[in-house]
Amino acid sequence: MSDQPAPLTIEDVRHVAKLARLAVPQERLASFQHDLQAILGHIAQLQSVNTDGLEPMAHPLTLTNRLGDDIPQSSMPIADLLRNAPAVEGDFLAVPKVLGGESS
Amino acid sequence: MSIDLVQIRNDIRTRKTTARATVDQTLARIAKNNPQLNAYHEIFDDQARNDADRIDQEIAAGKSVGILAGVPIAIKDNIVTRIGHTTCSSRILENYRSPFDATVIDRLTQAGAIILGKTNLDEFAMGSSCEKCAWGVVRNPWDITRVPGGSSGGSAVAVAANLCAAALGSDTGGSIRQPAGLCGVVGFKPTYGRISRYGLVAFGSSLDQIGPITHSVRDAALLYQCMAGDDPRDSTCAPRAVEDVVTTLEETPRTFRVGLPIQYRKGNSAAVDAAVARAVEFFKAMGATIVDIDLPLTDVGISTYYVIAPAEASSNLARFDGIRYGHRTKSKAAKDLFDLYAQSRAEGFGPEVQRRIMLGTYVLSAGYYDAYYRRALQIRRLIKQEFDAAFEKCDVILGPTSPTAAFSIGGMTDPLAMYMCDVYTVNTNIAGICGISLPAGFDETSQMPLPVGIQLQAQAFAEPMLLKVARAFERAQGGRAYPELKKV
Repeated sequence: MSDQPAPLTIEDVRHVAKLARLAVPQERLASFQHDLQAILGHIAQLQSVNTDGLEPMAHPLTLTNRLGDDIPQSSMPIADLLRNAPAVEGDFLAVPKVLGGESS
Repeated sequence: MSIDLVQIRNDIRTRKTTARATVDQTLARIAKNNPQLNAYHEIFDDQARNDADRIDQEIAAGKSVGILAGVPIAIKDNIVTRIGHTTCSSRILENYRSPFDATVIDRLTQAGAIILGKTNLDEFAMGSSCEKCAWGVVRNPWDITRVPGGSSGGSAVAVAANLCAAALGSDTGGSIRQPAGLCGVVGFKPTYGRISRYGLVAFGSSLDQIGPITHSVRDAALLYQCMAGDDPRDSTCAPRAVEDVVTTLEETPRTFRVGLPIQYRKGNSAAVDAAVARAVEFFKAMGATIVDIDLPLTDVGISTYYVIAPAEASSNLARFDGIRYGHRTKSKAAKDLFDLYAQSRAEGFGPEVQRRIMLGTYVLSAGYYDAYYRRALQIRRLIKQEFDAAFEKCDVILGPTSPTAAFSIGGMTDPLAMYMCDVYTVNTNIAGICGISLPAGFDETSQMPLPVGIQLQAQAFAEPMLLKVARAFERAQGGRAYPELKKV
């Protein structure tokens, strides 16, 4: 089929995994490549539909911004929110060092 | 032994039985059958018994009680509850306890319902078989070598096997209707925005809808009525009054037109086609007008869905990063924040969830957004227009819920083939309209008879008419059938 997408390379898969923040081990890249290629091959049928001049529809309801009344309310207790955290220091979430930015 | 939630509710209220006896009997059936079926991940025995005793005391004291007083309800484990855990059948949320209740939980418990337990699903509601549940496969009570469907398979099995009075599911592309069809029970997906999504763990936010899985259409109508309506905590909830669907349910619908899409006739098993044909004869005999309708984008729906849903999922599931809640890797190799995210997510999410996150990330990535995501949203509008045109000619659309009865566990390994099972259900969500799956007979060609479902779809907010038509069909069928189970 002429509208088949360009083949997905292992490098593409590695790039998408990085964007998705998923550590995909080397040995699983090929299986992701195979599955994604098959799905994209099927999805290619979208290219055969004429969509000229159509406004994208992001949502089924035509709702505009809905404003709520401005009423002060109490928030959830910090202890309840921290109960699920994997690592806590005092009233804070503990994370590895952030300065230096994300590595690639 | 046809019994439904409304019957149980009436018997408790008139003191033919008690809430406590109902809960005890249900718990005994669960103890006997759940180890094999795996419908429930967690059961709240003590709390359910306490709630039941409290309701029985209120009834005995002559106090007025809610319209669901004493009925035990099962909750799909992607709807948050303060009681117990909410895991989405995923390792990444194995120990998660919600600090709040979903709006639907508030509304059910305010009406007196008893929350009995949490049911298994395909991880994060991504699947059509309940084989992709981190807590083991769920089994179809009609034949335990078969899948129950998914993703609300645990809820459908809990109802089919009579392990609850009713259950809640969620439907993003058929996840209420398909398992209900494969398990021989009623599954109702209301119009998008009819029931608050507050506290439903988001998968595809523009597609997701909570709905009931029940023994009968009247149960579905009652639960819908209890849950529907605007919610300040969900800005996508429809700000629109909810009609009374319960008191009008038994009215025979006035003259109505049933549309049969010509695209719904190929690739179905003979038993599925026969079930639809029987339903057509029934509606004809009722005096309905039968019209052919054209939905040429039926097949394209799967492709459209598998762009929009993974795109929304890849964004929604970004919140699971091992920082505020959920699994965090213990690997010493995770030295910085990126490694911590990527390693925690790789360890916590199963293969299908990772596949969909990857697919969604790809279709949203630079260079592909217009070709995939934007185009899918344009086709979404076309699909909506196609339904709008069809509903000029008919009031309800009749067809199969799924092309076949339940398949064998382990029998469908190709992800794409699995996606195709949802061909008749995804477009309901894409267009945001409502649909219901009804038990409509059995496929007798397999070793064990397997339930077959039919689906009725109706225009957005046409629930009162859809439920009346469904109820009329149900009345003519008699009560639902029950699988043989281990006796208590």
